[in-house]
Amino acid sequence: MKFAIQINEGPFTHQAADTAYQFTKAALENGHEIFRVFFYHDGVNNGTMYGVPPQDDRNVQALWSDLAEKHDLDLVVCVAAAQRRGIMDEDEAKRHGKGASNIAPKFRISGLGQLIEAGIQAERLMVFGD
Amino acid sequence: MSVTKKFTYINRKAPYGSVYALESLEVVLIGAAFEQEVQLVFVDDGVYQLTKGQSTDGIGMKNFSKTYAALGDYDVNQIYVCEQSLADRGLTLDDLQALTYEDEDDDWAEKSSMNLVNREQLADLISDADVLLNF
Repeated sequence: MKFAIQINEGPFTHQAADTAYQFTKAALENGHEIFRVFFYHDGVNNGTMYGVPPQDDRNVQALWSDLAEKHDLDLVVCVAAAQRRGIMDEDEAKRHGKGASNIAPKFRISGLGQLIEAGIQAERLMVFGD
Repeated sequence: MSVTKKFTYINRKAPYGSVYALESLEVVLIGAAFEQEVQLVFVDDGVYQLTKGQSTDGIGMKNFSKTYAALGDYDVNQIYVCEQSLADRGLTLDDLQALTYEDEDDDWAEKSSMNLVNREQLADLISDADVLLNF
């Protein structure tokens, strides 16, 4: 089955991003395809590389980055939602006169059209978080 | 990309107090460019999104309520409002914006986009959807 994943909650406050990660990992391990993972609303906060959780806790962003590295996942952060919440790649940071970018490895910033395309292309769009 | 799917957006939350209504509308407007079949459902506090005469002067939030009137121009003309949700809040269709569209198959006649639906019809809308987006 070809899945697309939408994540609407940030890391840690809610479990949605963790559950989405576990689902995505299990789907890949069982031979399914993940067309794209799309981060929306507060979900864009999963894409900052500046989170430093305690060492005995999981690092949600790093889990995603590693999974993407291993399976060549397409992790897309919504640009409009990201701009509101201060998630930027280098181009965005430059364009808005900010000192530094903070987008985590293997994440990329793009538009909402990527969510619609994921809905069209995937057999199932799974939505995690409120 | 010639696949056409039925995208159904369920709007459940009040327009202010959380970002979901605004960011739902942003998806709908972007999605309109993909020429898919689009249905918008307003249920629970989501019915407040369409109320007339919204003013945000006192709360420092952006008033985006006028954007809904543009949906018809984006070929988004299937708007479904849960009648039970309206009744529960002491509202009627008259309290909502009368959203319209111009029907290109009928000499661009102006027609209403608004449909009142009961719980059963709502269930049918949800089960008929190919892609269901909840906000």
